[in-house]
Amino acid sequence: MRSGLAGPTAPPDRRRAAVPLRRRLTPYGFLLPAFCLYAAFLLVPIGRAVQLSLYEWDGLTVGTFVGLDNFATVASDPRLREAFWHALVLIIFYSVLPLLIGLLLAAVLNRGKVRGLPFFRTVIFLPQVVAMVVVAVAWRQIYAPNGSLNSGLRAVGLGSLARPWLGDYTFSLPAVGFVGTWVSMGLVTVLLLAGMSRIPIDLFEAARLDGAGAVREFFAITLPAIRGEITVALTLTIIAALKTFDLVYVTTGGGPGTSTTVPSYEVYRRAFQLGEVGAAAAVGITLTILIFGINLVVNKVGDRSST
Amino acid sequence: MMISRAERSANYVILIVFAAFALFPLGSILAAALGPESASVAREGGGLHWENFATAWTQGQFGRYMTTSVVVSALVVSVALVCSIMAGYAFGTMRFRGEQALFYLFLLGIMVPTEAIIVPLYFDLRTLGLTNTIWGVALPQIAQSIAFGTYWMRAYFKSSNVSIMEAARLDGAGTHRILWQVLVPIGRPALTTLVLLTFMWTWNEFLIPLVMSPSGSVRTAPLGLAFFQGQHVQGTTLLAAAAVLVALPVVIVYLFLQRHFVKGMIEGAVRE
Repeated sequence: MRSGLAGPTAPPDRRRAAVPLRRRLTPYGFLLPAFCLYAAFLLVPIGRAVQLSLYEWDGLTVGTFVGLDNFATVASDPRLREAFWHALVLIIFYSVLPLLIGLLLAAVLNRGKVRGLPFFRTVIFLPQVVAMVVVAVAWRQIYAPNGSLNSGLRAVGLGSLARPWLGDYTFSLPAVGFVGTWVSMGLVTVLLLAGMSRIPIDLFEAARLDGAGAVREFFAITLPAIRGEITVALTLTIIAALKTFDLVYVTTGGGPGTSTTVPSYEVYRRAFQLGEVGAAAAVGITLTILIFGINLVVNKVGDRSST
Repeated sequence: MMISRAERSANYVILIVFAAFALFPLGSILAAALGPESASVAREGGGLHWENFATAWTQGQFGRYMTTSVVVSALVVSVALVCSIMAGYAFGTMRFRGEQALFYLFLLGIMVPTEAIIVPLYFDLRTLGLTNTIWGVALPQIAQSIAFGTYWMRAYFKSSNVSIMEAARLDGAGTHRILWQVLVPIGRPALTTLVLLTFMWTWNEFLIPLVMSPSGSVRTAPLGLAFFQGQHVQGTTLLAAAAVLVALPVVIVYLFLQRHFVKGMIEGAVRE
């Protein structure tokens, strides 16, 4: 297999007909280093995760084979069910809200000849590149009992609404989710803007001559043209919502109580704090299946509506 | 395009509101970082307190954490880049048995979340004695980066000019020379974007370094920040200063090369 890597001494090959063995092996030689690392640290772990999910194991002693019991736990354990439910709620904040904001901003940026577009694009995309831990620290200070959100509320006479947002049973999940909205909106906007900028300008001008206003123009021309980008934006943000980990770990640790726990946090907690390795693996596998499933549905719907 | 004045001003209002919303959390943490650390420091006066960064740096041991982050990032970016270039070259320019199946196998790695593999990774790498080492933190990220990188480089090589390759071949260049001396130099933009994305993802990664170094001996900068927060529940100034330090490398690179970042994330996403 390694013969393909033999180096620059390979003779010039002009007779393609009879392909020598070493030439047929060349592609595999180029793939070898990538494949070995990829297989060892990604493919094998996937298989091992499936295997672990079938065992009850504390990480120390000998595990017991329990079949699909761990998956039954995922379905029945109230805390885990709650975690998955929270992940679905986060989709509203990570995907749906940013999509609405993104549609508005991209439409504005695309049709108004806005001055300073590069500046605006840079600013609104910035939350995407900042480490989530930093984001979490920043928002924790905003949400703190005497943080800027509560001071702002008191300043405008809404002091009765002030509360420790991340410590509140009702509001902690929306508070965490709203951070997701803040992070995702730039990515969604820039993505939709890329799609909109490909729409030929005469289409808009024709619509204007026909007397269409901004709103009709948006629904008749812009929206149908960017279905593909909407699908991509939803796929990416839904995955991000389902995978939320660092944000929860740093802001609430799943609390208060269990009000902000999410599947990835449960994977971490069960495997590395409670020693329920098999159950943790089962949660991870379930999460993966959920991500694949939602991807499939979003892309199916996106495909169908574009034809 | 014909746009009324009222519509135009409404547009600017909307944009300014959302720009402010995007900047506010980052601006406020920067402001907190430059504020006085305590009431006594405040009495001494003196506008911006740059010394907070130095204090946070030493108190939080960020010298150590940043070094770890730099080493991990350098390892992940360089190893994943070389492997991805080679694999992408094979997928993009050669025909071989099992090509499709192998490519889908690599694609799988882009879609599987870290959460699914983190549990076996920890226990298996512990058995191999790789936990609490740089390699334990870097190798899983190299594998993930290879999955995306291979996919990215395949797209580049597929679109690269066939006639250039033919010409190089007629000049007697072998497959290796065509790759490293012809295609890689002209592929600088695609490579730069891949390097930036890989660097950003590696620098910002949280779950893998958290799990792979339970003893804390190879803590990366984001981990250092999370633990620093645990110790500084009250003092927001130093915590804010530390947060700025952790964010800074990626933010600076982003501000200089934002086109590459945005283009990369969008192209990578749309082609999927």
